[in-house]
Amino acid sequence: MAIHSITVTVNGSREYLTVPSHVTLLQMLRERLALTGTKNGCEAGECGACTVLVDGEPVNSCMMLAVEADGREVTTVEGLAREGQLSPLQEAFVAHNAVQCGFCTPGVLISARALLERNPHPSGEEIREALVGNLCRCTGYLRIVQAVQAAAEEGGAK
Amino acid sequence: MQTPTPGLPAFDYTRPASLSEASQLLAEQAGEARPFMGGTDIFVQMRDGVVRSRTLVDVKHLPGMRDILYDEGMGLTVGAAATMNDAARHPDVQTRYPLLAEAAHSVASYQVRNRATIGGNLCNASPCADASLATLVLEGRVIVYGPGGEREMAVGEFFVGPGETSLQAGEFMTAIRYPVPPVGAAGRYLKLGRSKAGDLAIVSVAVLGFPDEGVPSGYRFRIGLGSVAPTVVRAPQAEAVLMENPPGEETFALAAERAMEAAAPIDDVRASAAYRRAMVRNLALRGLRQVGERIG
Repeated sequence: MAIHSITVTVNGSREYLTVPSHVTLLQMLRERLALTGTKNGCEAGECGACTVLVDGEPVNSCMMLAVEADGREVTTVEGLAREGQLSPLQEAFVAHNAVQCGFCTPGVLISARALLERNPHPSGEEIREALVGNLCRCTGYLRIVQAVQAAAEEGGAK
Repeated sequence: MQTPTPGLPAFDYTRPASLSEASQLLAEQAGEARPFMGGTDIFVQMRDGVVRSRTLVDVKHLPGMRDILYDEGMGLTVGAAATMNDAARHPDVQTRYPLLAEAAHSVASYQVRNRATIGGNLCNASPCADASLATLVLEGRVIVYGPGGEREMAVGEFFVGPGETSLQAGEFMTAIRYPVPPVGAAGRYLKLGRSKAGDLAIVSVAVLGFPDEGVPSGYRFRIGLGSVAPTVVRAPQAEAVLMENPPGEETFALAAERAMEAAAPIDDVRASAAYRRAMVRNLALRGLRQVGERIG
């Protein structure tokens, strides 16, 4: 079984890890780095609960190998707050009651963050399209969309 | 299907330094090693126990594998490891091959599109595959590297059956080449899923139309069908109707019927064969109307 020594920058911190080939990025984040904000919902790339940013782009971490993250920058939900302060997007989710059970929320925040970076003023339809890969069983998405719109109006991906 | 357990079954990951090293590895471990692209198909298959591999050979980083280049003489060359998002948002793809951009954009979700590759989509050879159908209708050619060097073939010859391609031991796809589109061409990729977005195709229809003074109707159309046969297929009888008869509602309706007859769908978890057949006709008609309007 092949083992790889990798260097991954996670939420700004450089991590040195040794991982077998078949360990996914999701497993690495949750089990090796104890960053359990990122969730395992389906392990099939369908639900988006495991969404993280890799070099700024959202991917399903269950569908990427840890070894592939070598030399890259990963952002998880834990990396959104700055020095204990929630990001404007996170604040908007709280203010607009866009969280119920919270299981989809980390993935949604990551996808929404990436959306606002590439499209600072998305329409409702564009938000929904960007969140196609983030399934929520609780909210019906309405307040999620409202929260993202509110955060966009405040001028904040960050 | 085995009971799912967390994580992936064990395998070795390797990143060869060159095309020839990759080919050699694949040939030496034929049957036990496979090329590794985005993983969006094979990880699911590995977890389901449908695919077992001792070695995954990552070829995404090899020279040219992620390039998308347009050339006035040769057309568009898409590296096999170009992601769906790479293709969907590339300016040359959007302006010159919007059918391909539309098909790539229709895949799954934004997250999946950052990993799923055009080449992987073709090599997985699902008859539902969006990039496969667009490539068929655009008459793309696939370029494959192997122990004998490089070879190329029309994409229609590449697909042999569901999940089956003509890749030989030691071979992997490096690029797909799309010829310069006919002058004045317009196209549409119509995909019907269980949801408005994010699903696999229950039925997909790709329509490309362009003026052609060499045929009686003055227009040529290419019609491709997905998810309704063992591979993606063209609908030659439908295309013949459109060559012979002047464009318009009556001709489009007749062509849509012929397209329906070219489908050989099955019942599966997503839809019945009967529904698929009817939807081929409806999507083909819709596509012909929309393309017809744009090409005059």
